[in-house]
Amino acid sequence: MSVPADFYLTLSAVMFTIGAVGLLVRRNVLVMFMCVELMLNAANLAFITFARELNDVGGQIAVFFVLVVAAAEVVVGLGIIVAIFRRRVGATADDVHVLKG
Amino acid sequence: MTPHLLAATLPDGLTFAIAGVIALVGSLGVVLSRNPVHSALMLIMSLFGVAVLFVEQDAQFLAAVQVIVYAGAIVVLFLFVIMLLGVDRSEAIATEPMPAQRLMAVGLGILALVEIALLSRERWPLGAHSVAGKARGTGHSNVYVLGRSLFTTYLLPFEVTSALLVIAVIGAIVLARRPRTSAGPTEGEAAAAEAGGGPLVDAGELVGSGAPSAERRVEAEEALARAGDRIGEPVGEQEGLTVVRRPEQ
Amino acid sequence: MLHAAFLIPLFPLVGFAVLVVGGRRLGNPLAGWLATAMVGLSFVTTVVVFAGLFERAPGRRSFTQTWWNWFSVDRLHVSAGVLVDPLSMTMALFVTGVSTLIHLYSIGYMEHDEQFPKFFLYLNLFVSSMLLLVLGGNFVMTFLGWEGVGVCSYFLIAFWFDRPSAASAGKKAMIFNRIGDAGFLLAMFLIYERTGSLQYQTVFARLGHVGGDSLVAIALLLFLGATGKSAQLPLYPWLADAMEGPTPVSALIHAATMVTAGVYLMCRISPILHLAPDAGHVIAIIGGATAFVGATIACAQTDIKKILAYSTISQLGYMFMAAGVGAYVAAIFLMLTHAFYKALLFLGAGSVIHAMNDEQNTKVMGGLRALMPITGGTFLVAWLAIGGVPPFAGFWSKGDVLLNAWGYSPALYVLGALTAVLTAYYLGRCYMLVFSGKARWVEARATGDGTSRGHAEPALEADTSNPNVPHERIAAPAGPASHGRLHPHDPGWVMTVPLVVLAFCSVFGGLINLPFHPSFVFLERWLNPVVGRALFNPHLGAGSEIIFAVIDAVLALFGVALAYSLWRTAVYRREVEPTFLERAWFIDWSYDRLLARNSTRMAAFTSAVVESRVIDGAVNGFAVLWRRSGTVLRRVQTGYVRNYALGIMAGLVVLLAWVASRTFS
Repeated sequence: MSVPADFYLTLSAVMFTIGAVGLLVRRNVLVMFMCVELMLNAANLAFITFARELNDVGGQIAVFFVLVVAAAEVVVGLGIIVAIFRRRVGATADDVHVLKG
Repeated sequence: MTPHLLAATLPDGLTFAIAGVIALVGSLGVVLSRNPVHSALMLIMSLFGVAVLFVEQDAQFLAAVQVIVYAGAIVVLFLFVIMLLGVDRSEAIATEPMPAQRLMAVGLGILALVEIALLSRERWPLGAHSVAGKARGTGHSNVYVLGRSLFTTYLLPFEVTSALLVIAVIGAIVLARRPRTSAGPTEGEAAAAEAGGGPLVDAGELVGSGAPSAERRVEAEEALARAGDRIGEPVGEQEGLTVVRRPEQ
Repeated sequence: MLHAAFLIPLFPLVGFAVLVVGGRRLGNPLAGWLATAMVGLSFVTTVVVFAGLFERAPGRRSFTQTWWNWFSVDRLHVSAGVLVDPLSMTMALFVTGVSTLIHLYSIGYMEHDEQFPKFFLYLNLFVSSMLLLVLGGNFVMTFLGWEGVGVCSYFLIAFWFDRPSAASAGKKAMIFNRIGDAGFLLAMFLIYERTGSLQYQTVFARLGHVGGDSLVAIALLLFLGATGKSAQLPLYPWLADAMEGPTPVSALIHAATMVTAGVYLMCRISPILHLAPDAGHVIAIIGGATAFVGATIACAQTDIKKILAYSTISQLGYMFMAAGVGAYVAAIFLMLTHAFYKALLFLGAGSVIHAMNDEQNTKVMGGLRALMPITGGTFLVAWLAIGGVPPFAGFWSKGDVLLNAWGYSPALYVLGALTAVLTAYYLGRCYMLVFSGKARWVEARATGDGTSRGHAEPALEADTSNPNVPHERIAAPAGPASHGRLHPHDPGWVMTVPLVVLAFCSVFGGLINLPFHPSFVFLERWLNPVVGRALFNPHLGAGSEIIFAVIDAVLALFGVALAYSLWRTAVYRREVEPTFLERAWFIDWSYDRLLARNSTRMAAFTSAVVESRVIDGAVNGFAVLWRRSGTVLRRVQTGYVRNYALGIMAGLVVLLAWVASRTFS
């Protein structure tokens, strides 16, 4: 008998929170991006867990699409980061605050 | 009934424990590493842990994709960008310019966790089973089941994601190109580039793409004002940027 | 022939349209001739339609022409169209006739005016509106014309708008008319509410279902409209100030046509008045009072046009008195004859003013009779006509009114008779001051080092101290009058022809409705299908009628003799020109003090306090509120993407909390 789903889900929730807090705390744009990936992964884990628990392959399909979209997101996001920070000394998100009110 | 880890068989339990710890440590490592390269490596570690948990839950294909796409492609892309922008650019992780940010972030994180924990004690009505089909007990492999569902029921979303990927690739190319908006450098800019050596920026561009700082922009504009009508000639230099006045369109 | 009725208001309207587009190009005098021709064509058409109507049997003399459905709201259907019946045709005939003459006269009078085409443009629009007013087949059409003449009246009074006095006189006319128009509008609402229609014939057919109180209210509200338009107490002061307009305008609008609209309206709604005798009492009393008050004021004025203006007010009071006692035929009869001799008086006054280089003060005229024989002669005719000297037109029409007043109440008759004496007297005074005696203007011009005002001091003092006419032209420079010697003479034929024609009508106008024998009362028989017989028939025999006629004649001659004896040689007689009368019973003065100044003060208050503090304050307050809140709230926009993410996180926490609260409750 395998591990009950609750443990997976708890693990997923903890990972998600770590990613979220990391996003809020870190200033390096790249690290923030990695935190987003962590959050996505936590969600993926939850999806897979539900797929097993409910014996439904739909959860895995969702993860598949999340992976694809995450890949696309990383490509575009990193493109933007490169475009913005190519000429800057610092690479922190706080350096870009042109929209300050 | 409280679910218990000991309810599982020993291999399963051990696998979950080890992989879970790896994933958690990797996650914490991403957030806590000072150096972004270390963060990236920690991310790989976390992804590997999650991949193991995927296998543990009969999602072999996705585990493989996780390793290949995430760890193999995406994180490599991250490292590539880190190297491109300069490894030495690190943040002062000990200091926080916004005083309440860190406190509130941790507080909100804990709150969210507590709420999730509270909610997870409930059993939720989940409605009808989806049309995707059973994951196990079909007599076919995970890849077969997943592929069948993907290319029949989810064919249209699948095609749409392929379009999305193409768009992302094109977008990345457009974004990463050098920002030459016009057909090419004007004669003046070319001359200025030869004379000054630095990249060409004009005041408008500085404003448009997010100026490094307001002071620099003001300096650039003052330089432009001093330049008067000398269109195309280098009018000033700040921090390696040659400022020229663009000819009127 | 009756189907040509739509052409009657159309011709002047076409003239108006042409002058709007090409008036400047046509220029002086072509624009004037065009306008005159259009009104003349309208007159001819009216004659043709009139003849067509005349051929019909008396019972069938009513013809409704509907042009199109103007607008429909719920059950209310208002059509654009005309009602051709003896009353409207009588009005149309004299409106177009007198208007044609006045147009002709204006070509000469306005010869040197720079705005010559514009003047005729307004005149044509005015005539068109007036014809819509009298021909309109329902209350709304009449109201359209009513407002049209009101607007034209404003334009024409303020024609020389660069004079502050003219501009404010125009505004005054507008405001007084608006007060009356409010009554008209309310009456229309009430009529529609009670009868479900605004078409004259439908309304009159349904009057039986309307309660008596409602009828009185309708009649009095319409009378309020009429007091505004026809310058009755208490809304009369605008007419005196309206003399700021060019003299032909005074003749056309403020004597002959527009101001009679109120009387016409009273005759038009005679079926309502029949059923609401209480309203009739009010109308008769106000009419009589206005007649008397106007006549007394006219006795003490020095400005020639003011005398005529107050005379008009007085005569209109007579007409309302007649309408109030139910003698609609007498009212119309007096209106017709009055149109002739009052237009004649005004045109004669215009001729004099022209000859005196825009001088209007009668005290500095005199002796013009010999120099201007045609003007003087026709003015004399008009005087005798309005004074009621037999056999001129005024004798018959005024006699008719007085006879009916006697049938209603002897007190009203006495008031009317007194007014008749005064009428003969004050116009005699005017005539004597202008045309006989010594030529005072010669001395004035010769000795007054270029200004004409030197010898008129006493009169001028009285005038300048008169708040009744605060914007009069007394203080204005004498203008063209100040240079050169005067050579008064009769004007050219375009101006004298109308004078002669009108004088002819003033002499023989009474023939259309002679008393004494039933076969002579043409007008009464003609109008009978519309207005019915007089309400209060005195039932006098022919003998009594002759006695009354003799009394009238004696009264008129007494007034004439009085004027002659008092003013043949004298110029100033303070004892018969009391300040009280000269300042118009202080009525206008009290309006000024009570209403105008207080409302000006209130307007100043609202502009200073309500406008600038409350309204502006509210607007600025909101602006400040938003700016301050913006200043505070802009800090939310830190520009740091992490901060925004924090917001998202907080949102997530709140959302989860909400879900949790739903789950555990």
